[in-house]
Amino acid sequence: MRWFWIDRFEKFVSGKEAVTFKNVTLAEEPLDDYLPGYPHYPHSLVIEGMAQTGGLLISQQHDFLSRVVLAKVSKAEFHAIAEPGDRIRMHAEILSQQADGAIVSGQVTVNDQPFADLELTFAILDESFGDRPFFIPADLCRILRSLRLFEVGVFPDGTPISIPQHMLEDEERSIVSD
Amino acid sequence: MPSSEEIFEKVKAALVDALGVDDDEVTPEATMVGDLGAESIDFLDIVFKLEKAFGITIPREELFPDDILTNAAYVKDGKVTDEGLSELKSRLPWADLSKFEQNPRVQDFGNLLTVNDLCRYVESKQ
Repeated sequence: MRWFWIDRFEKFVSGKEAVTFKNVTLAEEPLDDYLPGYPHYPHSLVIEGMAQTGGLLISQQHDFLSRVVLAKVSKAEFHAIAEPGDRIRMHAEILSQQADGAIVSGQVTVNDQPFADLELTFAILDESFGDRPFFIPADLCRILRSLRLFEVGVFPDGTPISIPQHMLEDEERSIVSD
Repeated sequence: MPSSEEIFEKVKAALVDALGVDDDEVTPEATMVGDLGAESIDFLDIVFKLEKAFGITIPREELFPDDILTNAAYVKDGKVTDEGLSELKSRLPWADLSKFEQNPRVQDFGNLLTVNDLCRYVESKQ
């Protein structure tokens, strides 16, 4: 199973905010087992989708090299359920950021109706947690392209976010070695 | 300028919210780590909530003097030296370091901070 709980970026402003979408479909495995006979999208996966949205928002500031993990779900209030055919819209906003972590608020809507209010705390791992990167740059680059991050991503002054050089170089290396 | 009681109530609210502890657990003497169970990542949340509640900015080094505690000039055999202690006192004038001074093991510093210390720190920023 692919552990991506967002389908596409609609908006991405470096260091500030991002909006992602997740389309809910009956073809997804989690809907089979979560509550058989009453297919709906697990709330826990909405939290994960927001964590992926917020985590990428934080790590982009260092060209996706910083290792960001969800450390704490400070707040998770859900007001509704999402069913097959629904489109979940996740708006992540960085509220506070330090060298070792960040706090992100998440407003979630489905069909323009309030769906969830989240607040997530992220840790940014330092070298005391080892030095292995979380992602192979070429793989992450492919995912980010698929999510259309580079199509919508901008810096606060409106300048487009380009694909980091280290990702392009890794991509080139992997193509050559294939 | 808010009174000491108002500051305590706001600090308490921030801690109850950030740590999921009960109101009555948050006493002035309670230590953040030992009594209230705060983990390192919780401090990020606590700092954020205090900044919001009091409209202040809290530079990390003002609350967490890691640079002093990891500086070889101020630490010897796992203990903070006299020089280190005076550095800590000048950086953290609001903290009660009297107990720590008796046996200033670096590893114990993390459990030093009390609710009252936090209140005094916030008061110093008003």
